[in-house]
Amino acid sequence: MTEDKIIADQEVNRESMEAPSGDNFMLEEAHSDRKITRLERWLGPENYRILRGLVKTPASIIGFILVFIFLMVAIFAPVIIPPVGRDPYKMPRDGFSGEPKPMGAEWKRNKPEIPFWYKAVTGKDKWVHILGTAQGQYDIFYGIIWGTRTAFKTGFIVVVATVLIGVIVGSIAAYYGGLTDNIIMRFVDIFMTLPYIMMALILTSVLTPVLGKSILPPLIAMISFGWMGYARIIRSDILSIKERDFVLAAKVSGVKNSRILFKHILPNAIFPTLVLASLGIGDVVLSFAALSFLGIGTQEGYADWGQILSFARNWITSLDRYWYIVVWPGLTLVLFVMGWNLIGDAMRDVLDPRMRGKS
Amino acid sequence: MANELLNVQGLETRFKTPEGLIHAVNGVSFHLKEGETLGVVGESGCGKSVSMLSVLKLVPMPPGEIVAGTAEFKGKDLLKMTNEEIRQVRGGQIAMVFQDPMTSLNPVMTIGKQLEEPLMLHLGLTKAQVRSRSIELLEQVGIPRAAERLKDYPHQYSGGMRQRVMIAMALSCNPQILIADEPTTALDVTIQAQIVELVIKLREQLGMAIVWITHDLGVVASIAHRVAVMYGGFIIEEANVKDLYKSPSHPYTIGLLGSLPQIQAQTRQRLYSIDGMPPVLYKKPQACPFAPRCKWVLERCWHENPRLEPVGEGHRVACWADTKSGSER
Repeated sequence: MTEDKIIADQEVNRESMEAPSGDNFMLEEAHSDRKITRLERWLGPENYRILRGLVKTPASIIGFILVFIFLMVAIFAPVIIPPVGRDPYKMPRDGFSGEPKPMGAEWKRNKPEIPFWYKAVTGKDKWVHILGTAQGQYDIFYGIIWGTRTAFKTGFIVVVATVLIGVIVGSIAAYYGGLTDNIIMRFVDIFMTLPYIMMALILTSVLTPVLGKSILPPLIAMISFGWMGYARIIRSDILSIKERDFVLAAKVSGVKNSRILFKHILPNAIFPTLVLASLGIGDVVLSFAALSFLGIGTQEGYADWGQILSFARNWITSLDRYWYIVVWPGLTLVLFVMGWNLIGDAMRDVLDPRMRGKS
Repeated sequence: MANELLNVQGLETRFKTPEGLIHAVNGVSFHLKEGETLGVVGESGCGKSVSMLSVLKLVPMPPGEIVAGTAEFKGKDLLKMTNEEIRQVRGGQIAMVFQDPMTSLNPVMTIGKQLEEPLMLHLGLTKAQVRSRSIELLEQVGIPRAAERLKDYPHQYSGGMRQRVMIAMALSCNPQILIADEPTTALDVTIQAQIVELVIKLREQLGMAIVWITHDLGVVASIAHRVAVMYGGFIIEEANVKDLYKSPSHPYTIGLLGSLPQIQAQTRQRLYSIDGMPPVLYKKPQACPFAPRCKWVLERCWHENPRLEPVGEGHRVACWADTKSGSER
C-alpha cells in the first residue's frame, strides 16, 4: 500500500467518523450521551432524521434549489417587473391585436417602470417583450413572473385546505373506528370514484356565476375533490399507530381521548401525509393550469401560467413561428412541478423504513 | 386481616373475530388485599392479560366484550363506571406496566413530557412541582442524572431503563394497585432481577398492592404472596406462594412446576413437558379445559367443569381428581 493510499484511507475514515453511516449511526443512536442539537430537540428524533436525510440526497437538493428560485421570484416579483395598473395580477396588454409578437419586440403601451437590473442584463433603454407576447398582446414575461405568485398561492391554499380536511376526516374515522369509520370511508370511496378534473370543471363552472370570475371558484372546486387521498393515508397510519403500546400506556394513565389523538398518535402518524402534501403542490398547480387552459376559472388576463398556455390554443397549427407562447410558460410549469416532485420523492425515500439508519 | 382492595367476581370477556367468538376469560374471580402481591401465572393465551385489562375496561371494544362479572374497587364496581369516572381511576389509583418497554413509550415525546402527563392529569400540580416530582420519581427508580435525562427521548434509553421509566410513570400518582403485565419478559435475566428488586423495594416504601402477571415461576416465587394459576380462561388453582410450590394440587400446576429445570438434578434427563396443546377457545368450555392433557383424567372431567373448591387454608383448586391419591375427590 502506498503512502498516498494510506492517507486517502485515513481521510475516508475521518469522513465516515464525521458523518456516521450504517452501523456506526445505529451505535451513535444507541449511545445515550450522544449530543442532541437544538433543532433535533425541537423536531424530535424521527423528524430530525428525516430532515437530515433530505438535505443529503442530490435529487432533493435540486428540488429545493428549484423551489427556492421560484420562491424568490414570487417574493421579488415587483422588483423583477414592477406592476402595471392597479391590479398587479392583471397582465399588461400592449395593444389588442390577435397575433402574438415575437421575442424582443418593442413594448409600446402599458409599459412597466424600468427596474434596476434591466439595462445591465439586456443592454437596452426601453422595455421590450423579453419572451414575446401572447394572443391579445399580453406580455409573457410579466405573466410568468407574476404567475409564480399565483402558483404558490393556489398550491399552498389548496394543499393546506385539503390536508386539513383529510386529516380531520381520516383521524375521526380511524380513531373512532367501527360504524363511524365505515360510513366515512365509504363516503371517501364515492368521492374517489368521481373523475377529478371533470368534477373540478363542473363545480368551477357552477360556482363562477355565483362568485364571479376569479381565482376562488377553481380553488374551491379543487379543495372539494382533492382531500380524499390524505384522509386515506392518515387513517391507515393512525390505525397502525393506535395499536402501539404507548397508546395503551397513555390510556392506562388516564389520558383523555382527544389528547391521546393529538399528542400521542398524530405526531407519530403525520409525516407520510406531509410527504404526499409536498407532492400534491405540484399536482395542484398542474390541475389549476389545466382548468385555466380549458378557459374556466380566472378572468382573462390574470397572471397565471395555464392562462398564458391557453392563449396558444388558436395558434397550435403554426407553433413553428409562435413556439414561445407554449415553451416558456410550459417550461416554467414543468420546472415548478418537478421541483416539488423531487422534494416529495426524496421525502418518500427517507421515510421508507428500510432506509432507516442509512442516511 | 387487611382490607380487600379489589374483588373481582365471575368476570367473562369474549372477542368477536372473523373465525368466531373467542372466549378469552370464562368467569374469573379473585381478590386483592391492601399491600398484597398476587402473582398470576399461566401460558400465553390463557387470559391473564385480558382479565386485567378487562378490570380497567381497557379491552378494545369492539371486538372485545365484557359479558359478565363485577370488579369492585374499594366498594365501587369498575365495570359499571362511566368512561370519565374510570379515566380518573386509571393511572391515579390503579396503574399498569406493560411487557415491552421498547414500544410502551411515545418515540416523539421526551421522557419528561411523558412523565408529566399523569401528574398533570391526576394531581393538578404546578409546573415547578411537576418537574421536581418527575426528577424525584426518576431517582426513585434508579436513573442517574435524572434532571438531565428528563430531556432525553426514549431511544436514548436502554430497555431496562425504559422499563424503570414505565414503573416511574405508573407510580407517579401513588396508586393503590400496580398491575404489572409481564414487566420482565422482554428484558434479559440480569435486568429482570434488577427490576424485580426495584419493585420489591418500592412496594416496601409505598405499600401498594401488586398484580404481577408472568409466566416465569421463578419470578413469582421471589415477589408474590399469593399465586393464581390460569388455564383456558379460568383460574384453576389459587394458593399462598409457599403452599403452591410445596403442594401443588392441580395437574396443570404440577406439570408446570415439574417442567422447571432444576439445578440439583443428578441425572441427565430430558426436561419434563406437558403433552398436547393449550385449548383454542372458540367454544365456552363445558368440561375441564385441561382434560385432554391430564394424566389424572377421570370420566367426570369430560362432562363437567370443576369449580374452585378449597383444599386447605387459602388454597383452592378446580379439579375433580385428587392428585395425591388419583381418585375422585
